[in-house]
Amino acid sequence: MTRKQKRLAVIGGGIAFLVAAVLLVMFAFSQSIAYFYVPGDLAKADVPPGTRIRLGGLVESGTVKRGEGSTITFTVTDTLATVPVTYTGILPDLFREGQGVVAEGAFGTDGLFLADTVLAKHDETYMPKDVADRLKAQGVELSGKETIK
Amino acid sequence: MIIELGHYALILALATVIVQSILPLVGTIRGDRALMAVAPAAALAGFLLVLFSFSVLTFAYVVSDFSVGNVWQNSHSLKPMIYKITGVWGNHEGSMLLWLLILVFFSALVATFGANLPERLRANVLAVQGFISTAFALFILLTSNPFLRLQPAPAEGQDLNPVLQDIGLAIHPPLLYLGYVGFSVSFSFAIAALIDGRIDAAWARWVRPWTLAAWSFLTAGIAMGSYWAYYELGWGGWWFWDPVENASFIPWLAGTALLHSALVMEKREALKIWTVLLAILTFSMSLLGTFLVRSGVLTSVHAFATDPTRGVFILAILVFFIGGALSLFAFRAATLKAGGLFAPISREGALVLNNLILTTAAATVLTGTLYPLVLEALTGEKISVGPPFFNLTFGLLMLPLLLAVPFGPLLAWKRGDVLAAGQRLFAAAGIGLVCAAVVLYIQNGGPVLAYFGLAIGFYMIAGAITDLWLRAGIGKVARNVAVRRFIGLPGSAFGTALAHIGIGVTVIGVIAVTAFETEHVVEMKPGMQVEAGGYTLTFDGMRRGQGPNYSEESGHFTVARGGVIVADVWSSKRLYSARRMPTTEAGIRTFGLSQLYVSLGDAMADGGIVVRVWWKPMILCIWIGTLIMMAGGIVSLCDRRLRVGAPQKVRKVKPALEAAE
Repeated sequence: MTRKQKRLAVIGGGIAFLVAAVLLVMFAFSQSIAYFYVPGDLAKADVPPGTRIRLGGLVESGTVKRGEGSTITFTVTDTLATVPVTYTGILPDLFREGQGVVAEGAFGTDGLFLADTVLAKHDETYMPKDVADRLKAQGVELSGKETIK
Repeated sequence: MIIELGHYALILALATVIVQSILPLVGTIRGDRALMAVAPAAALAGFLLVLFSFSVLTFAYVVSDFSVGNVWQNSHSLKPMIYKITGVWGNHEGSMLLWLLILVFFSALVATFGANLPERLRANVLAVQGFISTAFALFILLTSNPFLRLQPAPAEGQDLNPVLQDIGLAIHPPLLYLGYVGFSVSFSFAIAALIDGRIDAAWARWVRPWTLAAWSFLTAGIAMGSYWAYYELGWGGWWFWDPVENASFIPWLAGTALLHSALVMEKREALKIWTVLLAILTFSMSLLGTFLVRSGVLTSVHAFATDPTRGVFILAILVFFIGGALSLFAFRAATLKAGGLFAPISREGALVLNNLILTTAAATVLTGTLYPLVLEALTGEKISVGPPFFNLTFGLLMLPLLLAVPFGPLLAWKRGDVLAAGQRLFAAAGIGLVCAAVVLYIQNGGPVLAYFGLAIGFYMIAGAITDLWLRAGIGKVARNVAVRRFIGLPGSAFGTALAHIGIGVTVIGVIAVTAFETEHVVEMKPGMQVEAGGYTLTFDGMRRGQGPNYSEESGHFTVARGGVIVADVWSSKRLYSARRMPTTEAGIRTFGLSQLYVSLGDAMADGGIVVRVWWKPMILCIWIGTLIMMAGGIVSLCDRRLRVGAPQKVRKVKPALEAAE
């Protein structure tokens, strides 16, 4: 092969690989992106059952109930609307009533939100950023310690 | 008083690194040797000043001087001594000071071991290091000063985030920074080469040890962070594709590519421009990682505090260095002459493939990490890109690389024979399949893909050994000759083999855990049992305990196999008194390379407690593999041909450098 052919082979192979990678990334994005909602959004946005989303808000006080085994139900609120959530597993250490939470999962056909992951604040000085931003945007008063500067 | 001395030393260090960045540069432009000679002295002085400043902050933590705001916010008089010390970098200000300390440490190393570097190159490298140090010293002094005092001094501190009160904090950040920041040296060498407009094999020979060292540290740092998250968070996961993890993983991927392309440049004088670009990109990814983690655009346990001015400042540093470096590259890259020719199928070709895949993978992880941030900034829409994205893209991209790795060392430089290499790897592929079949027999079922993955892991290990085997000529020459040849193999051959074996071991661990782990979430009362991985756990009951700065409730479990008690496990939930913050201390028992992982959930009204039990088969392989990779890096570093400052070699090379122009 001449120098030019060799170079073309390397460059051609490289470009083919890159194109494959870009297609792969686009496919993966279309499959696995989860949008973030607070309960108030859900009335407007039509989220079909089975679509993975992240649901954020505050755990409504007095709604945390333990069912059989390690199944837990609680209600997520942004003070405008509420969504009941079912979760099986161990809640994070910092999960508390009246505090911020992000639940990842999908709605079942019965309208109940089935979470497979529940995230709470990382430490006591802030709540999940997504939740704080949205609650602030909706005018929910957060006590000084809860907000992020 | 001592605090103010530390503060003053930091300001003085800033002045010193400004001198270090400007005078040597002027010296190389004017050809003034006296000005160039300022660089090493300034680098050493800067290092000593920052070291003093850092020691002062450490002292303030050790004596719990709560008049220092930073100590008050992050320490507590009852905290054990080890966490008082590690707490120095368990917060934003202190960790940036550690960042700077390691940066000037590397400058000082270049100054000390760079005596055999050409004068101009050394002056330029240290000047670039000086510029980076200046930026970060300014950042600390202007936005993140750890020496600010409180008046009046509070009586008691606010304690360190309990999640960080762990031995992991002593190991993970320093190692990670040694890696992250170590790439600054490769970056400075690349910029220095661009400033001077010349570059050759000797340049690659000087850069490679620094890259190797940084890469080894980064490997260990990431692995340590992964193990820490695994045992501390109580979620049983070892990698979450969390943006802060990706922030350290992207430079690792780029650094791995750099390591391999520098090899081509050193041996064959090819890929010069690409290697320089990669050196720039690798450190740029380190800077980007620092920005992501420290600016507060991400919320995580790593974003200690969020303050928009800091984010903007780091962003400015980022734009200045990445933008400046790439512009310089655009202007000067054409002056670097292209080097040796090679056929697509050759050792060089294999290393190009390695680079292509690694940089694509790095770009993919970067895309997945930045996309949510960019989308939110542009449209306000909040999305999350989770593990499924990364597993699919990264996993598929890595597959061809893993298959190709054993081929690389078996191909000849310039022109290789892929069929011959394939024949030599027949045995390795056979070993891989047989090992996977043995696992299939023991496991009796499971996903087909998992066995395919395991076969790849074993094949990589066998393939790496094949290379050493062939090089020593085992089976072809007399035994004593083969032994002598084996011992006489260059360190870099062992380093390569070890690093590649390490990947194989990690792959085996990842696949085994992903495919065969079992998880049970059960509500248990004393006396109840749960089965996991062939072991029977019996819950014996709870006990209350008191630590120095926390109270805890621990569950005791007895582990039995076939009716015989083999171990016991304590798993606890702690409540740290100063911050009223609960943490989970998982109970972990190791059996061979596998682990039993027990974490406690909430207590129930009827006296039971929710318990989560995992069986993690072969999980230790994940971290043992990374340690083997790191060992490979260190063995390569000890290769006498590569030793930092092997003077004879370098002198021989020197004339070539002059001739290159």
